[in-house]
Amino acid sequence: MGDAHHVCDVLVVGAGPAGLAAAWRAAQSGLRVVVVDDNPTAGGQIWRGRSPDARVWFERVRDIRMICGARVFHQPEPRTLLAETRDGVCELSFATLVLATGARERFLPFPGWTLPNVMGAGGLQALVKTGLPIEGKRVVAAGSGPLLLAVATYLRKRGAQVLLIAEQASSARLARFVAGAVGKMSQAFDLKRQLRGVPYRSGCWVVEAKGHEKLESVTLVRGRKRWQVACDYLACGFHLVPNVELAELLGCVVENGSVRVDDFQQTTVSNVYSAGETTGIGGLELSLIEGEIAGLAAGGKHEIARELFPARAKERKFAELLDHTFALREELKQLAQPQTIVCRCEDVTFERLREHDSWRAAKLQTRCGMGPCQGRVCGGAVEFLFGWKAESVRPPILPVKIDSLLGHGFSRIEADQ
Amino acid sequence: MPETVKLLVNGVSVEMPVGSMVSAAILKTGTFAFRRSATGEPRGPLCGMGICFECRVTIDGEQHCRSCQTVCKDGMDVRTDG
Repeated sequence: MGDAHHVCDVLVVGAGPAGLAAAWRAAQSGLRVVVVDDNPTAGGQIWRGRSPDARVWFERVRDIRMICGARVFHQPEPRTLLAETRDGVCELSFATLVLATGARERFLPFPGWTLPNVMGAGGLQALVKTGLPIEGKRVVAAGSGPLLLAVATYLRKRGAQVLLIAEQASSARLARFVAGAVGKMSQAFDLKRQLRGVPYRSGCWVVEAKGHEKLESVTLVRGRKRWQVACDYLACGFHLVPNVELAELLGCVVENGSVRVDDFQQTTVSNVYSAGETTGIGGLELSLIEGEIAGLAAGGKHEIARELFPARAKERKFAELLDHTFALREELKQLAQPQTIVCRCEDVTFERLREHDSWRAAKLQTRCGMGPCQGRVCGGAVEFLFGWKAESVRPPILPVKIDSLLGHGFSRIEADQ
Repeated sequence: MPETVKLLVNGVSVEMPVGSMVSAAILKTGTFAFRRSATGEPRGPLCGMGICFECRVTIDGEQHCRSCQTVCKDGMDVRTDG
């Protein structure tokens, strides 16, 4: 267990597109840049497994220090973060910080959603990208958002039998989306062509997953129609939610679930910038532009950063369109039944939660959100189901070993509380 | 450099491409329940990206490792709890 200490001018948390773009631009100003990421390799979720589209970006950051497999869990003092790695705790000291912590899928509870082989859409894709054979497997993709199409296309290319894509958004909203997303049309057509023969159903969602010990079938509804489909995997996610825990820990203002930033991607904490999905779900292009702006601003190159504002404004329009199109319909609040588990870490059911009027009360009485995921999975669900907002974040923001806490100021923190 | 690695999942040998995750190796052996929940339900990976902690297993004797964030290595000994 050798503890390490890294000192840099700019620390970037998150090695996805936004983080890499920020790192590249900051390094161009001659600053010492370090990038840290929880995943074993750089690229984030979208470039997991080194997508060829990303080659130019990996080339640009080739000489920048990357610390992968390191999860940031604490800020013991201003301008210092602690991350846990397999080799111990790594102390990261910086002058400027860029938070590019990305997003996760939103999961909604429905009967059977805890069965093995019911996964997130991005979740199943990540597994296939990292070695899961999917050839010949029957997959239903369901939930909401453009990710469903991308995942279905990818899985099909890898030999999966994609039986159906069930999108909860209405066909009217989707039509407006297609009309509004003019710049993205070639991508959409490309996906549509590759998905020829796979039914894409709007206004359609899974109401139940069934199986003994693992998934065997799903029940879908669309209007008055209700039917069952036998399958091996359900890839189910309801669009994305930003990862804002670290930003909250640092005291950055979070609004409507996203980190608030100014024109130069600066958060409400002066030496902390944020870029990409952390500041709102907008996709790859917006993440790259925001990352570049954050990196340029961190390096004092505000005038060059300003030149990217029009491109960002255009992408943000697309982000607004995404939000509107894939907003969750009210009917989905009826999916969870009294016995449906909402908090998977502590096995807390819907009926136990609905007695309470806040997440705090529910936590105290049921332990909802107090397991290892710290509410990262059930948080998005209880927000939608009950309107409960996450409470203040406390360190460690991820479960870490006791050894990682001892000797890093945690006895002091406990005493303060 | 070899293009595959071999590891053990509950005593069963499985060969995976270099860079694969332990979670994928476990599923490849036909094991779906990675752990048992607080009330004894079988659970497997959900998020695939280190957020949900449903894919926790024991790797080389170390408990509670997220298998979706751990790269397969030659000779690794993986135990599920499902």
